[in-house]
Amino acid sequence: MTAVAMTVNGKAVTGDVDPRTLLVQFLREHLRLTGTHVGCDTSQCGACVVHIDGKAAKSCTTFAWQVQGANITTIEGLAEPNGPLHPMQEAFRENHALQCGYCTPGMIMSAVDIVWRKGNDLDENTIRHELEGNICRCTGYHNIVKAIAAGAKAMEKSPMAKTA
Amino acid sequence: MYEFKFHRPTTVRQAAGLLARQEEAKLLAGGHTLIPTMKLRLAGPKHIIDMSQIEGLSGIEVKGRSLVIGAFTRHDEVATSSIVKENIPALAELASLIGDPAVRHRGTIGGSVANNDPNADYPAACLGLGATIVTNKRRIPSDDFFKGLFETALEPDEIIVRFQFPKVNKAAYVKFPNPASRFALVGVFVSKRGSDIRVAVTGAGSNGVFRVTAFEEALKKRFGVKSLEGLTVPVDGMSSDIHGSAEYRAHLVGVLARRAVAAATA
Repeated sequence: MTAVAMTVNGKAVTGDVDPRTLLVQFLREHLRLTGTHVGCDTSQCGACVVHIDGKAAKSCTTFAWQVQGANITTIEGLAEPNGPLHPMQEAFRENHALQCGYCTPGMIMSAVDIVWRKGNDLDENTIRHELEGNICRCTGYHNIVKAIAAGAKAMEKSPMAKTA
Repeated sequence: MYEFKFHRPTTVRQAAGLLARQEEAKLLAGGHTLIPTMKLRLAGPKHIIDMSQIEGLSGIEVKGRSLVIGAFTRHDEVATSSIVKENIPALAELASLIGDPAVRHRGTIGGSVANNDPNADYPAACLGLGATIVTNKRRIPSDDFFKGLFETALEPDEIIVRFQFPKVNKAAYVKFPNPASRFALVGVFVSKRGSDIRVAVTGAGSNGVFRVTAFEEALKKRFGVKSLEGLTVPVDGMSSDIHGSAEYRAHLVGVLARRAVAAATA
């Protein structure tokens, strides 16, 4: 067993885990933050995307001990508890950018990362290219792309859209 | 996944010592090949030596006529580096095509090259630019480094510390990605540095990355798309799988080489 300590959604957390524990398992099974999903478990689908020190990463392809001391943000940490949704979450709701919802947390975490890297004015090509690491089996992506363009614009005016 | 112990050395010397001492030890950089391989139980190292705590292994700088990139430098850093874009833009472009944004935030150049996956992008850049691979023991020219599928010239306790890419006059990388994995079904890197012309192909060869000397000779006469017209590579020696037949890959090598030369001369 190995001791891990990191900051998750602004809170210091610790755990005593088997070295094989992936970050996504630590989040879901030890911290009970089940918003981050395991889809393919092969680093292709993006359902497990979280932010590690402000950068989108696949938590199914990272050992918990590799992010010792890091700052992790999950879908649960994007907005304040019981407060308004993050503008990207709101844009997904407004644009009906989900059907089954399984890919949504990863989509939104990737979307926020795209805005941080590419700015608030995103064209369709950029969004589609940048979403290559997130797979949705239901929607055909059309509304996801619309939501991200809208969410990106909304983030420009939102105090919640600060970089990590 | 099989059980393992992990180590977090803070110097290359410590890491090399661990590699030499521990049986069935593996280096871990970004982990984006090793961890999936361990999940599938295709790898079961008893010891994992994490490179992330070693200072000085990442970074990008120009030294003389070379672009020097640390082994732990992540793909996203290469893709977005103004130094790389200014000195060898084709290398930044290549890095921007690896995997997807989240993968590029974790994966490293050293990890990719040490692994020498036959469909990886960076081996084509090393061979296509005539890079020198600097380890804790020696300097290895890329022409002597890649030895076949997942095989390199690296000794068991040898660690890549940095890459030296010579600045070139012209270069481009064109890739036909597998739509699911974004690995190269075929990728062609071309470069021109004075009279040194290189055409390196990844994804296609049944023995990993290789140079196409026939194309290079043709381009020495004139570095233009027309020089490659009608030229093909032999089907024999191409890999063949569910993603593409040997004939298809051989065809793509010609097409992508012409596109790469067009991009390099644009």
